[in-house]
Amino acid sequence: MTKTYQEINERIAAGKAVVVDAEEIIDIVKSEGIERAAQLVDVVTTATFSPMCSSGAFLNFGHATPPIRMEKIFLNNVECSGGLAAVDTFIGATQESVDLGMEYGGAHVICDLIDGKDVLLTATGKGTDCYPRREISTYINIDEMNEAYLYNPRNCYQNYGAATNSSNKRIYTYMGILQPHFGNVTYATAGQLSPLMNDPYFRVIGMGTKIFLAGAQGYVSWYGTQFNTAAKRAESGVPIGGAGTIAVSGDMRQMSTDYIRPAVFERYGTSMFVGIGIPIPILDEETLKFCAVTDDDIYTDINDYSLRDGSDSFVARVSYAELKSGSVKINGEDVRTSPLSSMHMARKIAEELTGQIKRGEFTLTEPVMLFPQNNALHSLGVRTKKRKQDK
Amino acid sequence: MDKMKVLLIFPKNLTGEPITYILVREYDLRINILKAHVDYNIRGSLLMELEGTPENLRRGVSFLSEQGISVVENGTATSIDLDRCVACGACTAACETGALRIGTDDLLHYDSEKCLECMLCVKACPQRIITDIFA
Repeated sequence: MTKTYQEINERIAAGKAVVVDAEEIIDIVKSEGIERAAQLVDVVTTATFSPMCSSGAFLNFGHATPPIRMEKIFLNNVECSGGLAAVDTFIGATQESVDLGMEYGGAHVICDLIDGKDVLLTATGKGTDCYPRREISTYINIDEMNEAYLYNPRNCYQNYGAATNSSNKRIYTYMGILQPHFGNVTYATAGQLSPLMNDPYFRVIGMGTKIFLAGAQGYVSWYGTQFNTAAKRAESGVPIGGAGTIAVSGDMRQMSTDYIRPAVFERYGTSMFVGIGIPIPILDEETLKFCAVTDDDIYTDINDYSLRDGSDSFVARVSYAELKSGSVKINGEDVRTSPLSSMHMARKIAEELTGQIKRGEFTLTEPVMLFPQNNALHSLGVRTKKRKQDK
Repeated sequence: MDKMKVLLIFPKNLTGEPITYILVREYDLRINILKAHVDYNIRGSLLMELEGTPENLRRGVSFLSEQGISVVENGTATSIDLDRCVACGACTAACETGALRIGTDDLLHYDSEKCLECMLCVKACPQRIITDIFA
């Protein structure tokens, strides 16, 4: 049995598409079997709502009179990139403000803009013949800008290592607060509902896939940075620990802070919760089989975040079923677990996306390019001499 | 002997009164002060555990109320803006007593009876929506 994107979109347009989320499909496959379920179901929706540091926004302010070539740029005292054209900038979610530090960063500016709040733009330039103005200070609103779109270079981690702390002192990390002596474990994905867990080999999600991005209809706009499809995998095909990622973009004017929030991790820095939902078209039984993966069959490694000197930080391998149960075993002892990724929000996004597809408001797109297989990661070697170059 | 956790909020005219002394002397209550913030002639807050016979506890609490002190049973200094909470769970990692937990409904639940007011959750909350009312 195979279906095409066109056939599925026709069923969506006719209001006849059968759409379920990646948790509901598990029971359907159990009761109906893969073959029958693949015939019955057209689309499986997936979702996640997690802190995703590698996020930011491209903005274009429009030209003032007289014009300025903005070289040092701040929004609400958060520095933005001055390395683009005169009034273009990129603001990174994790950039911390000059005055408030991590308590107000790029993510806060992005969310204030989405909320329609005025933000203070201050910029300086050296002054040129064509851009004579040397400084500017003005309030600006998203509806006065030319473009304001999110472009997140690495979101939606396919899987991610869990964290613990063997040392004798409490540590503060991007994986949250980790109590001493293996006092707790934190984990950061939605497991069986998470988008890339349901398409482990990137068979359907690729360049140009239309997605739910923070309330807007956005797109997968490249493979994410640190894209690792060569990662070790469990029997289900799902990688164990961090692996594939996606770059995503979407119009901030269509977004809502119901689905995107600033985040502050104590003694670490600013980050941003990003809500993403991805529909998976059931093109064949293989696609469906991957969507039916359960938390029992998705594994990750717990790493010791107190060891950052390159020594082996592996502590234990556990399933998401164990992580979500509230405690896991480490060295024979029960250790309590906590999520950093909101199942409440992920389920809400999956439900919202399911509704939009059922109502014909959201159609599916076929990727224009699939992502590289067996793409491995490099780490940064520190060297003082240039490598020998030919020529 | 019964035990209760109470949050007392003093009006400004009582910020100079030795209230705990009276509770010990007159009502034979054992007092364990968890948190206190007294700003003389402006405002005072006191979070404590009271232990005593049911009768003495009842009489002690009504004495406090008669004085004009507002008494919040199972009161807490931890204030959570649940309307803005996304239930990420970061605060539950910090909470050693299980006072904060994500329920089977996926939402954050707070049990003030279990809370020792350590305030580590204030630092853990990425949205900064948990605050210490004594701070």
